Amino acid sequence: MIKAILIFNNHGKPRLSKFYEHYNEDTEQQIIRETFHLVSKRDENVCNFLEGGMLIGGSDYKLIYRHYATLYFVFCVDSSESELGILDLIQVFVETLDKCFENVCELDLIFHVDKVHNILAEMVMGGMVLETNMNEIITQVDAQNKMEKAEAGIAGAPARAVSAVKNMNLPEMPRNINIGDISIKVPNLPSFK
Amino acid sequence: MALKIVKGSIDRMFDKNLQDLVRGIRNHKDDEAKYISTCIDEIKQELKQDNIAVKANAVCKLTYLQMLGYDVSWAAFNIVEVMSSSKFTYKRIGYLAASQCFHESTDVIMLTTNQIRKDLSSPNQYDTGVALTGLSCFVTPDLARDLANDIMTLMSHTKPYIRKKAVLIMYKVFLKYPESLRPAFPRLKEKLEDPDPGVQSAAVNVICELARRNPKNYLSLAPLFFKLMTSSTNNWVLIKIIKLFGALTPLEPRLGKKLIEPLTNLIHSTSAMSLLYECVNTVIAVLISLSSGMPNHSASIQLCVQKLRILIEDSDQNLKYLGLLAMSKILKTHPKSVQSHKDLILQCLDDKDESIRLRALDLLYGMVSKKNLMEIVKKLMLHVDKAEGTTYRDELLTKIIDICSQSNYQYITNFEWYISILVELTRLEGTRHGHLIASQMLDVAIRVKAIRAFAVAQMATLLDNAHLLTGNTQRNGICEVLYAAAWICGEFSEHLENPVQTLEAMLRPKVATLPGHIQAVYVQNTAKLFATILKSQEGNSDSTTSEETTQLLIDRLPVFVQSANLEVQERASCILQLVKYIQKLQQKDVEVAEEVSALFAGELNPVAPKAQKKVPVPEGLDLDAWINEPPSESESEDEQPKAIFTKEEPKHARPRHTEVDEKELAKRREARKQEQANNPFYIKASPSSQKVYQDASGVEHIPVVQIDLSVPLKVPGLPMSDQYVKLEEERRQKERAEKKKKEKKKRKEKRSGRGKKHDSGPESEEDITPAHMVDIVTEEMPENALPSDEDDKDPNDPHKALDIDLDKPLADSEKLPVRAHRAAEALKSPVEDAEADNAGPQESRKKSGKEKKKDKDRDRKKSKEEKKKRKHKHEGKEEDLLGGDANEPVAQSEEPSEAAEPPASATAEEATTVAAAAAAAPTTPTAPSITAPVSEPDEPQDAEMEETKSSKHKKKKQKKEKEEKKKKKKHHHHHHRHSDGGVEESVQNGTVEEDEPLPPMSNYCLLAENAYIKMVCDIQGNLQDGSQVVVSVIFENKCSSFLKSMEFNVLDSLNSKLQRPEGSGPHDGLTVPFQLPPGVSNEARFVFTVQSIVMPQKLKGTLTFIVKNEDSSTHEKLDFKLHFTCTSYLITTPCYSDAFAKLLESGDLKSSSIRLEGINMPFHHLLARICFHHHFSVVERIDSCASMYSRSIQGHHVCLLVKTSGQTVSIDAKCDEPTLLGNVLDEIKQTFSLC
Repeated sequence: MIKAILIFNNHGKPRLSKFYEHYNEDTEQQIIRETFHLVSKRDENVCNFLEGGMLIGGSDYKLIYRHYATLYFVFCVDSSESELGILDLIQVFVETLDKCFENVCELDLIFHVDKVHNILAEMVMGGMVLETNMNEIITQVDAQNKMEKAEAGIAGAPARAVSAVKNMNLPEMPRNINIGDISIKVPNLPSFK
Repeated sequence: MALKIVKGSIDRMFDKNLQDLVRGIRNHKDDEAKYISTCIDEIKQELKQDNIAVKANAVCKLTYLQMLGYDVSWAAFNIVEVMSSSKFTYKRIGYLAASQCFHESTDVIMLTTNQIRKDLSSPNQYDTGVALTGLSCFVTPDLARDLANDIMTLMSHTKPYIRKKAVLIMYKVFLKYPESLRPAFPRLKEKLEDPDPGVQSAAVNVICELARRNPKNYLSLAPLFFKLMTSSTNNWVLIKIIKLFGALTPLEPRLGKKLIEPLTNLIHSTSAMSLLYECVNTVIAVLISLSSGMPNHSASIQLCVQKLRILIEDSDQNLKYLGLLAMSKILKTHPKSVQSHKDLILQCLDDKDESIRLRALDLLYGMVSKKNLMEIVKKLMLHVDKAEGTTYRDELLTKIIDICSQSNYQYITNFEWYISILVELTRLEGTRHGHLIASQMLDVAIRVKAIRAFAVAQMATLLDNAHLLTGNTQRNGICEVLYAAAWICGEFSEHLENPVQTLEAMLRPKVATLPGHIQAVYVQNTAKLFATILKSQEGNSDSTTSEETTQLLIDRLPVFVQSANLEVQERASCILQLVKYIQKLQQKDVEVAEEVSALFAGELNPVAPKAQKKVPVPEGLDLDAWINEPPSESESEDEQPKAIFTKEEPKHARPRHTEVDEKELAKRREARKQEQANNPFYIKASPSSQKVYQDASGVEHIPVVQIDLSVPLKVPGLPMSDQYVKLEEERRQKERAEKKKKEKKKRKEKRSGRGKKHDSGPESEEDITPAHMVDIVTEEMPENALPSDEDDKDPNDPHKALDIDLDKPLADSEKLPVRAHRAAEALKSPVEDAEADNAGPQESRKKSGKEKKKDKDRDRKKSKEEKKKRKHKHEGKEEDLLGGDANEPVAQSEEPSEAAEPPASATAEEATTVAAAAAAAPTTPTAPSITAPVSEPDEPQDAEMEETKSSKHKKKKQKKEKEEKKKKKKHHHHHHRHSDGGVEESVQNGTVEEDEPLPPMSNYCLLAENAYIKMVCDIQGNLQDGSQVVVSVIFENKCSSFLKSMEFNVLDSLNSKLQRPEGSGPHDGLTVPFQLPPGVSNEARFVFTVQSIVMPQKLKGTLTFIVKNEDSSTHEKLDFKLHFTCTSYLITTPCYSDAFAKLLESGDLKSSSIRLEGINMPFHHLLARICFHHHFSVVERIDSCASMYSRSIQGHHVCLLVKTSGQTVSIDAKCDEPTLLGNVLDEIKQTFSLC
C-alpha cells in the first residue's frame, strides 16, 4: 500500500499532497516538512530509499523518492510494494505529467494542482496502484478533459477568454523551469512496463 | 431565465479562480496569511451563492488551501453539494475535495450515501470512476456496508476501466466492513482471470494485500496463483504474486518446494531487476521455511547470495541498498553463507550513503560470533569516532549495544571488555542514548556477578569524572549514565576500593544540576555507601572516619532537601534525619553499622519484563466479578478513586513476591557459591585480567585536575577497550597452548562446568572460553507462569477483523445488504439475485431509528439461522442417502481448465502439490476412482444459493421437491464426481437444475506415444496476450528406465512459432525442465505465438530424450503433430444477458448455422460439452434452448444459440469473423460426431 504521495520543491513548498490515510492538517504539514528535511539533505548520488522511521506508520514504511530539477516526488509505501517498482511508477507519473502538460515545469504543478490530482487518480487509487501503462492513463485523462470541455461549451468561452487575458500580462511566468531530464531511467530496469 | 444564466457566467468571469488565487498568494509573499484569510472570506461568500459553478470554483480553491495546511472542514456540506452536481466538471471537483478532507468523523458523509450510489450506477463511466476514486479515500464503515453490494455489481461491469476500480476499492470496503469479504470473495477470485490485464492486476493487488495480513486463509488460492505466475508476463502482477508466495510459504513448506524451480528459472531469465530482486526475496523466504535443508538447496542459496553480491557491488546505490536488505534476510537462517562476504559488508560501512551504512550495520548484527565480536565492535568504534551527524552515530551506538547484548550476551567472552566499551561510549557527544548505555551497565552489573568488582571500579571513576559528562549542556543525554553509575556503586559498594572518595564525589554541589531522577538515585545510594563505610569502620578503634563521613552527609544533604524535585526532596529529608539519628548514636558510642546495613540487605534479582503479565490467575478468582455491588449509575464521581485503586494493585504485588522468595534466594545463592567453588575454571579467573585491575587502580591514585572542557576528553583512569582485544588474543593463544598440554579428563570437567548454552555453538566457537565465569542470572518469572508468546499481538490491528475463513460455505445471514426495491429488478448476476431476498429495510437510516433497526436485524438473522439449520439437516439426510461426496449438485463458476486440476480442497496437501496433482488428474481420465473424497469449498455455498433462490418462488420450490424425489430414486447412479467446467459454467448462470451425472471429461488429448513415453496436451489461449497460446504437455514415463535430457522442438510455420529463449536459433529445441523417473509424469508448458487465429493449424514436432538404464543409455525420439484448433483460441468469458443482447443488436456480427443429427444425450450434457471442450459459457437457458458466449484471444465475440428438438440440435451462431466461426462450428460438429 502507498500511504502518501508528496510533491514539494527544493525549498520544501508543497506542490501536491495526497494522503491515503487521514491526518489533520497540522500533522500533514508536519509530515511534509519532516519529509522535506529528510530528503533534501541527501546527496544526489545516494540511493532513493529512506527508512521513514516514526514519521508515517513506523518501521514497515519506506520513503521512496526521486528528485527532478526543482521538484521532489516522494512516495511513502509499506513493505508490500516493490521498491524498484515504485521508483518506476514515479518515472511513469512524471512522464505522464510531461505528456499531459507538454514539457511540464514546476509552474504547471503550481497553477494546475487539480489536474495533477486527476492524473494521479488514474494511476493510484486509495493507496493501491491502479494503472501503470502511460498510454492508458493518458487516454483516460484526455477523455475526461474532453468531457469537461464539452460541458463548458459556449458558456465556458467568456471565462476562457478572461483567463487568457489574465495570463497575457504574466511576464513572470517563465516556461523554462523544466522538470528537467525526465529521461533519466533507473539503470537495469528496461523491461519493466 | 436565460438572462440569469448569462449574467451568472459573466459574474463568474471576474471571480477569482484557482489560478488567480495561486498568483495572489505568490504576489503576497510578505503577508501570505492575511491575504489567504481575505480569500477565505471571499470563498465563504461564494459558497453562499446559488450558482453551482461559483460554488465549485470556491471548493476548488479550498482544496488548494487545504494542501497549504488550512482546515477546510467547515465547508464539508458545500463539498457535498458540489459532488452532487450533474455536471462531470463540478462533480470531479467535489469528489477531489472530499477525498482530500473527508474522514470517518466527518458527519456530512452520511448524506452522501445516495448520491454516491447514484453516481456508481451512472451510465457515464467517468461519473462512476470519479465516485469510486473519491470513495476509496473516505469510505466509512457505514458507507461500506450500504454500498458494498453496488460495488460488487460493478466488479462485473462491461468496461474494464470500471471493473478495475471496483475491484481495487473492494479492499477498502473489506477493511471497513469485514462481513463483506466472504460474500464478495468468489467474484474477486473470478477477477483473477479477467481478460483485461488491468483488472487482473487489480485483483491480484487486492488479494495480495489481504493475504499479506492473514496468509493462512488464502493458501487454497496457491494453485491459481501458481498458474498465473507461470503464464503472466506483466511484471507488476508477477512481482505481486511472487511477494504473495513469500508470505504463503512459511505456512506451507511443500508450496516452497514447488516454487524453487520456477523462481530460479525466472532469476536466470528475467532482465528486469525489480522482478529478479523479488524472486530472490521469495526464494529466500522459501529457504527459510525449508530451513531443515535438503541437499540441493545449498545451490539455491549460493545462487541468491551470488546475485545479491552482484547487486551490492553495483554502482547503482538503489541496488546496493536492496542487496543488503535481502542479504539480511538470508542471514537469519544461513549465516555461514553470508559471513563469507564480511569484507563486502564492512566496506559498505564506509559508503557515503547513510541508508546503505544503516543496512550494513543491520547485517553486521547477525554476523557476529564469539570469534569476531571484538574485531567487529572495534571497527564500529572507529566509525563512531569518524561519524558525522548524530543520527548515524546514535544508530552506531545502539547497534554496538544490540550486537553485544544479543541473545543474552551470547557472544561476549570478556565482560571487562564490554564494560570498558560502554564506558568509552559515554564519551559520545550529544547522544540520545544515555539511558541505553545506562541500562546495559545496570544489566551487566546485576546479572554477571563476576564482573561486579570491575564494574564498580569503573563506575566510581565515572562518578569521579562526572563533570566531563555533564559539563556541556549539549551532552545532556549522556548524564543518564550517571544514574547507572551511582546505583552500581551504591548497590555493590562492598567492592569499592575507596568508598569515602566515591561518597565525596556523589555529594558534590554540582550534582544538584543533574536531572531529578538521577539526583534521587544519588541520594539513595549515598545512604548505601554510608552503610558500607560504617560497617567497614566498625572494628576500628579509631572512629574518626565514620564520624567524618556522617558529618559530610549532614553538611551536604540539605542541598537536596531543598530540591524542587519531590522524589529527591523526600529521600534526602528521610536520609538526613536518619543520618542525624545515627550521629547521635555514634556520639554515645553505640554500634549502629549492623542495623544501618540491614536497611539495604538482601540481593535484588532482575525480573523479566513479562513476569507481571504472566502471573497466573489463581483458581476461583474471577477478575470480572464485582467485589461489591456496583454503585448506582448516578454516582459517576465515584469512578475516579476506583481507577487509582486498580492502578496501585501491581505495586502491592511486588514486595509480596520478594518476601516469598527470600528463603529460596538464600538457597540459590548458596548453591551458586558451591558451584563456583567446584568449578576449576572459575577459580583460575584469568591472570591477565588481574593485571588490568592493578593498572586501573594504580591510575586512580593520580589526582585529577578538574577542567571543564567542551572538547571530548578521554576520561582518565579508564582502560581502553582496545587493550582487551590484544589481551584477549594473548589469552586465547595461551589457553590453546595450555589445552594441548592438558589431559582429556580435565577438559571434560571443564565442559561440564560450563553453561548448557555453549553446547549449541560449533566446535571452533566452543574452543573460545570466556575470560570470566559468565554467570548470567536468569530473569525471574513468577512460578507456574504460562509459557506463551501471544503477548505481542496488537488487538487494534484493523486487519485482524479480516482474518476470516474464506473456504467455509456462505451462510444466509452473511449476504450483503441490498436495497429492498432492487429485488424486483431483472436478474443481472446470480449473486446479486441470491442476495436480493436478504434485503432489509436498510434504506430508512434515521439516526434515532438506528438502535431499533439493529435489534430488528438481529432478530431477522436469528430466524434466518434457524431456517438454515433446518435446511442443513435436510441436506445432511440427503447426503447420507447419496453416499457422501458423490453428491455434488452444483459448482461454482470456474474456468474449465481448472476442472482438470483437483479443486482447491480443504486439505492443504492437495492445495499445494499443484503440478503433481494437475499432472496426475488428466492421465487417468477414464478411471472413476480419481474422485477421491474432495469437496470443492465453494460448492455448498452455491448449493445454498440455489436453494434460497428456488425457495423464493413457490412454483420453483415445488419443482425442486419433485426433483429431489427423483434424485433419491436415482441415487445409485451417482458414483461419479462431475467437476466438469461445463456444468459449473452453466450453473453459474442459474439455469441447470438437473443433477444427472455427466461422464468425466478432459481436454487433454493424446499427442504421441511410444514404448517409453506418452504425451498428452491441452492448448489454451493466453489471457494476457492476444497473440499467444500456451500448450501444456504432460509427459508420462511408461517404461522402467530413467528418462532425461528431453528436448521439445517444433518446425515453426509462418503463422505459428514456438517461443524460444533469447539467443537461441529458430530451429533449436527447448529443454524440458525436468527428468522423469520410472512411472512418473510431469507437466511442462510451452508458449507459441500465432498471428492469425481464424484458421486451425498443424505443427510437426519432435521430442528427443535419453533413456537411461542401469548399464546403458540410448537416444530416442518421438514425432508428434500439434493441432491448434480454432477452439483453442477461444477463452471462456462470462457474459450477462443484458450485455449479450446488446452485442447481438449491434449488427456487426455475421451469422452461420449448423445442424447436428442423432444427438442422443440430455440437453444439459450437450451444453456442458460445448462449454467444456469449446470454452463457451452459458448466458441464458430456457427449456431446450440456450444462448452461449465466448471470446477469442484477439477479442472476436462468438455467440451461439443452441436449440434441440428430439435428436436434432441446431446451432445458430454469430461472430464478427466468419472464417473463425465456420471453423469453430466444424469443430463442434466433430466433437459430437465422436460420441
